[in-house]
Amino acid sequence: MSDKVLLDYGSGGRASQRLISDLFLKYLGNDELDRLNDAAVLDLSGRIAMSTDSFTVDPIFFPGGDIGSLAVHGTVNDVAMMGAVPRYITCGYIIEEGLPMADLERIVQSMGEAAKHAGVKVVTGDTKVVPKGACDKIFINTTGIGEVIADPAPSGDAVLVSGTIGDHGLTVLGTREGLDFEAKVQSDSAALNHLLVKLVRELPEVHVLRDPTRGGLATTLNEITKSSNVCCELTETAIPVRPEVKGGCSILGLDPLYLANEGKFICILPGEYADKALEIMHADPLGQDACRIGTMTDANPGKVVLVTQLGGKRLLGMLEGEQLPRIC
Amino acid sequence: MSFELLEKFRDPDLCRRILDKMESELDRELRFMEVCGTHTVAIFQSGLRSLLPDRIVHLSGPGCPVCVTHESEVNAFLDLAGRDNVILATFGDLMRVPGDKGRNLKKAVADGARVKVVYSPFDTLKLAKENPGDLVVFIGVGFETTAPTIAATMKMAREQGIDNLRILCFHKTVPTALDALLSDEAINIDGFILPGHVSAIIGVKPYDFIAEDYAKSAVVTGFEPLDILQSLNQMIEWRNRGEAHVANNYTRIVGEHGNPKATEIMYEVFAPCDALWRGLGLIPGSGLEIRPEWEQFDAKKQFGIEIKEGPALKGCKCGDILKGVKQPDQCPLFGKACTPANPVGPCMVSTEGSCAAYYKYKLD
Repeated sequence: MSDKVLLDYGSGGRASQRLISDLFLKYLGNDELDRLNDAAVLDLSGRIAMSTDSFTVDPIFFPGGDIGSLAVHGTVNDVAMMGAVPRYITCGYIIEEGLPMADLERIVQSMGEAAKHAGVKVVTGDTKVVPKGACDKIFINTTGIGEVIADPAPSGDAVLVSGTIGDHGLTVLGTREGLDFEAKVQSDSAALNHLLVKLVRELPEVHVLRDPTRGGLATTLNEITKSSNVCCELTETAIPVRPEVKGGCSILGLDPLYLANEGKFICILPGEYADKALEIMHADPLGQDACRIGTMTDANPGKVVLVTQLGGKRLLGMLEGEQLPRIC
Repeated sequence: MSFELLEKFRDPDLCRRILDKMESELDRELRFMEVCGTHTVAIFQSGLRSLLPDRIVHLSGPGCPVCVTHESEVNAFLDLAGRDNVILATFGDLMRVPGDKGRNLKKAVADGARVKVVYSPFDTLKLAKENPGDLVVFIGVGFETTAPTIAATMKMAREQGIDNLRILCFHKTVPTALDALLSDEAINIDGFILPGHVSAIIGVKPYDFIAEDYAKSAVVTGFEPLDILQSLNQMIEWRNRGEAHVANNYTRIVGEHGNPKATEIMYEVFAPCDALWRGLGLIPGSGLEIRPEWEQFDAKKQFGIEIKEGPALKGCKCGDILKGVKQPDQCPLFGKACTPANPVGPCMVSTEGSCAAYYKYKLD
């Protein structure tokens, strides 16, 4: 194969076939994908959760992960957040002509490892190569599908978060801009489905599981409170943020509560099960920093209220768009 | 400064004690104004605003550099976006600022304009070197805080022989604006929380006129809750004794004379000029312009840009809000026609504007 991805590789001809067999099947192959049929035929039962997401992250490699592992984790987590066990994913690649083949191999290998770790099979896929400039290096779409084992239903409960907030968002921003933080930060990108399934199976009731990805903890909690018309009262001092993330955010004028996470989830459940849920999370490496950060109340329906370190109260609203660095 | 040390300035017990003391010593309303977007946000974000005694009225003055950037200045940089061979360089907060006809820099980028968000003006030197066939135009907005680094960037560009960097200079100076505010008979302010960043450059002396000419108090203040409470407490004590003073409580950052090296560089490159402030209009001597000996960098000269007063925004009360005459929620447009997604007036434009902070943080 050429050392760069050429337009030929997306043509459907021999070059495409070589790319599929030498690269994609090598790292992603399984009994279903290996058939190379036009569509995958799957065994599933009961109610099904399905989610799709396109990944365009820049840079494509960052501390703690890359666009390949992220494309698996993001979609697997979205499916798992619905109280489902993710089973299968699809991958669509849009590759910019000229992408180094070594980069593509690294990404596909990373996807294979992430899928294996998450316990999902890549069952069908597609590759397109577009002329230089028509996309930025590589875009990946993944769709995931899984069987539902719990019902999400918001109510007045304990609000837990599975670990520290803002790590991924600050890492990607820092790497993209070439900022060298004194203390190293790294992405938390990870597949959470095993821990989520454990929680749903071992606890009598879990009302909401959501991953605070784009827009961060604040945005996700706002979506939950708005859709369920309850208030979420958060205790600022209880929200776990690494000192190095706090420091980086302070320098850049960003708020970690609005930064993306790719390996964390919010769990809302009846207060009496909060301790048991934390116990389960703490026993898992992906939940060892889990803690209770707030309570659902009836005080300000549809709003998220932050009780600050000083004991004051303020709104924690939705962001207008992406966070932008300030003048001073 | 270490975060451990900063935490001490957020001590909830100490804050509570000062709040109780203020409450017991307040014999009437105290109307204070801060003139720095970072203070506006700090007061809301820390929850301090919800804890202040009822008789303390918090007003946000013209301290957010984005908010006071005149609409004609905004239209000027939007006109430059998308021109052939021009790369605009800017701080991030200007990306969403609306100009006329619904334009903003984000939309300009979507239409193909080359706009680069930078973290420091020094980043423009590299940008200019990497794009020798283009003109890199940096949008210079802000107060005395940002002006010296931009002046230093121009000096370095000259030393390095970089000839494709231009500065669109819309800088403004804080003390002149405060003087204009205080001379307006409509305003009713007991004291000022003075900006920490600006004062780190200019020092304390330029504010002396506040006590000497207007008999009001003003304190240079840091951005942590205890910094702000200490200054408010001091202003209450002075007023109870019938005194007015200008003081510096932010001594861990601000020296009495500021940063003379920075002011020297700033005035080597820039000279005072009249300036239009959004919401406030023309304030004589409140702007900075590029001196003739540095005009090779002057984007206004190169592109023949003139800044002119346009028609007032209908219904918008930002002028009154910046003067402390009205609070954001007293504007008929607030939260209705004017929101952060669709800002009408300057105070809703930037995340540090008083209307935007009200909208974002204030519980009903």
